[in-house]
Amino acid sequence: MTASKKTIAKRVPMPNQPPDVRRNNFDEVALGYTKEMAMEEAKRCLQCKKPKCVKGCPVEVPIPDFIAHLAKGDVEKAYAVIKSTNSLPAVCGRVCPQEIQCEGACILNAKEQPVAIGRLERFTADEYMHMDACDLITAKPECPYIDQDRKVACIGSGPSSLTVAGYLAARGCKVTVFEALHEVGGVLVYGIPEFRLPKEKIVAKEVGALKELEVEFVTNYVGGKTFNIEDLFEQGYKAVFVGVGAGLPKFLRIPGENFNGVFSANEYLTRVNLGRAYEFPNYDTPIIKGRKVTVYGGGNVAMDAARTAQRLGAESVHIVYRRTADAMPARHEEIEHAVEEGIHLEVLSNPIEFRGDERGNLTSVLLQRMELGEPDASGRRSPKPVEGDVYELETDLAVIAVGTNPNPVLLENEPGLKLNKWGYIEVDEATGETSIPNVYAGGDIVTGAATVILAMGAGRRAAKEIAHRFGIED
Amino acid sequence: MANTILKKEQLIPGQTSKLVIDAPHIAAKAQPGNFIILRVNEKGERIPLTIADTDRENGTITIVYLVLGKSTALLEELNEGDDILDLCGPLGKATHIQKGGTVICVGGGTGIAAMHHIAKGHHMAGNHVVAVIGARNKDLLLFEKELKSFCPEVLISTDDGSYGHKGLVTELLKDRLEKDKSVVEVVAVGPVPMMAAVSKTTEPFGVPTTVSLNSIMVDGVGMCGACRVTVGGQTKFACVDGPEFDGHKVDFQELRQRLAAFSPMEKESYDHHCRCKCNDSK
Ligand SMILES: Cc1cc2nc3c(=O)[nH]c(=O)nc-3n(C[C@H](O)[C@H](O)[C@H](O)COP(=O)(O)OP(=O)(O)OC[C@H]3O[C@@H](n4cnc5c(N)ncnc54)[C@H](O)[C@@H]3O)c2cc1C
Ligand SMILES: Cc1cc2nc3c(=O)[nH]c(=O)nc-3n(C[C@H](O)[C@H](O)[C@H](O)COP(=O)(O)OP(=O)(O)OC[C@H]3O[C@@H](n4cnc5c(N)ncnc54)[C@H](O)[C@@H]3O)c2cc1C
Ligand code: SF4
Ligand code: SF4
Ligand code: FES
Repeated sequence: MTASKKTIAKRVPMPNQPPDVRRNNFDEVALGYTKEMAMEEAKRCLQCKKPKCVKGCPVEVPIPDFIAHLAKGDVEKAYAVIKSTNSLPAVCGRVCPQEIQCEGACILNAKEQPVAIGRLERFTADEYMHMDACDLITAKPECPYIDQDRKVACIGSGPSSLTVAGYLAARGCKVTVFEALHEVGGVLVYGIPEFRLPKEKIVAKEVGALKELEVEFVTNYVGGKTFNIEDLFEQGYKAVFVGVGAGLPKFLRIPGENFNGVFSANEYLTRVNLGRAYEFPNYDTPIIKGRKVTVYGGGNVAMDAARTAQRLGAESVHIVYRRTADAMPARHEEIEHAVEEGIHLEVLSNPIEFRGDERGNLTSVLLQRMELGEPDASGRRSPKPVEGDVYELETDLAVIAVGTNPNPVLLENEPGLKLNKWGYIEVDEATGETSIPNVYAGGDIVTGAATVILAMGAGRRAAKEIAHRFGIED
Repeated sequence: MANTILKKEQLIPGQTSKLVIDAPHIAAKAQPGNFIILRVNEKGERIPLTIADTDRENGTITIVYLVLGKSTALLEELNEGDDILDLCGPLGKATHIQKGGTVICVGGGTGIAAMHHIAKGHHMAGNHVVAVIGARNKDLLLFEKELKSFCPEVLISTDDGSYGHKGLVTELLKDRLEKDKSVVEVVAVGPVPMMAAVSKTTEPFGVPTTVSLNSIMVDGVGMCGACRVTVGGQTKFACVDGPEFDGHKVDFQELRQRLAAFSPMEKESYDHHCRCKCNDSK
């Protein structure tokens, strides 16, 4: 059966909070499918013999299999199938860029109506009523016996480390996760906002389950500062996984960048998410709310910052991006949601200077109008300035979301770790092992800023190798 | 990892206190120049404070703080036996200490405590340390005794002349630099205007000058850029590239402005705190 032979049913739409309501709150935007909706959507899947969708998923979730169970309403079996390769489906269902991964590869995408794989994955994870931690993490009925001698340390507590912890704890290893900040979860807690990924309901649940499998979380512990990798081996750890994320925010390197009111997206989002600045002064971390907000960049981080500013009560929010909207790397859904919420996309525009008052407070930005030039060697039309077309936009809060550089804190203090030419950690492609034996790395500190699912995939690869060397898996 | 306060001493009642905290994991690694980030309670803000002393044997660190706003006021409410919720460190680069001759360590206000640890580092490395400390008046002078325990010379100034030289630390410093050509480095820790003035004073003498910057911080591990300062025309992150920098290259004017970024909110936070406290006690 091919997609073109019959008219295909439309994707079941996701119920969302209405834009004019949600732009004033931090509750989750997408409300999730009901069981009826999920079953209806699941039935759209053609159950391809050679499913392309699976190839599009970085961790190869057996997509048609779990969807087949869902179509019959069997959430439990669907969950077990997903869990066989993906340890955080509630997270991935919400934040994966499905349109370039599983759904982008789905055969029905030819008609622009791919099966809503992400939404189904999210539904399955949310709907599944787990009995206990083992059930949630291992998808096995019984809790493993934890061997206190099989000690593994993870540095950083983002999705890559959480995956390592889950995989190895489920196989009876004693895992300790060391985190520099005071909360566990990495970007899942301090970066991605509540309205996209609920912290208590989703992240805390996964972390809580890991704790029940005797995973120990040590917060306020900084690799390279509070301890070194060598210390861990001395303390009896047999393997170390480094998942410290990308880190150091990039700035634009234009005049006026240090005026008060210019933030990196990391600072802005960390203050709001980790510091709960949206509840200031009930919580103590302050934030400049911004009346006229400008955000620079076109990725998920830019969307999150812009929508956060909107929710904090900005009069206007402009996302400034030097290419066109269709070239923005953010998830499509996020761009759509942002526009629905009233955020203005100031495309083909590039900041050249921030201006401020005599007290050093930001007042405006000078923008250079851009246009698309001739296609370059790669066929991409890259933007170039329109001569003489410079304009000024009033702004009292500017958030810069143009990427990150490797964080030096751990790397500077671990000279034994070999880095690649971009300054990220070099690992063996097959095992995730670094230049130091039994030290593995994965996630953004290896690839540069990427995605949750790629970080998880890297965690899984390293965990498998560790389990293999422990002799508990082939 | 209990972060228990073992000892609390009010150095200037209601204004400045010293805490000795049980933190063996931090004490084991702390070097002069390092700082910690702490959070007093679940709703608290992360604030940086310098490690004023460490005792490896007993596994303790010492911090000295000035009660300025809400977070330090909350810290001041803790007593011996209480735990600090979150304590993270040691952060920042350690002081670059080289054996070379006479080092003048200048401290002002609460900065004297922070300077003390650096001075000690220089002393241990075998340098001749001259401490220069100043305050508005005699009662506000900190760490004189501690400094005298190892510094061969401790020069003192007060604004009102109630103790030592009447005037500013920079006057003592200038005087010394004019007379003493063996000075290889000047270190200054204190309020921004004081560090700016010290850097200005040493510049004509061409003496390398190190200042410890207290920019606003959030994570303290290089992930947010809140702490950025301009040094020699380049943006640096004080928490990972510093907090110590070449005083002759720091843009102090910008630092001063950035420190005021949240002033209205800090006041709101403090007032909110006081209001809640008053309501509680009613
Ligand atoms: C605002 C924002 C939105 C995003 N949206 C999406 C999205 O929609 N979809 C998607 O797939 N991806 C998204 N991403 C990217 C995704 O979150 C990351 O790729 C992913 O989290 C990387 O995981 P990680 O395990 O490498 O590390 P991280 O999640 O970065 O976590 C690293 C952890 O290590 C800690 N750490 C750092 N240094 C040390 C040290 N020296 N010692 C101890 N701990 C340390 C950090 O505090 C942090 O908690 C987004 C990122 C951001 C910032
Ligand atoms: C590396 C470093 C070391 C420091 N060492 C000491 C020390 O040893 N003793 C000491 O008394 N103080 C020290 N400070 C300053 C101390 O962090 C601030 O006084 C404290 O954060 C004030 O918080 P608050 O809520 O009580 O006051 P607030 O009312 O919030 O602020 C008062 C002033 O403190 C500064 N400040 C506010 N929030 C922060 C923040 N998150 N990070 C940094 N500064 C902030 C601002 O200039 C502000 O105007 C240090 C700062 C840095 C960066
Ligand atoms: S993990 Fe991500 S890419 Fe894979 S199936 Fe799930 S949503 Fe798609
Ligand atoms: S999700 Fe799409 S590609 Fe995958 S099996 Fe179903 S129809 Fe085929
Ligand atoms: S405090 Fe966040 S980067 Fe320095």
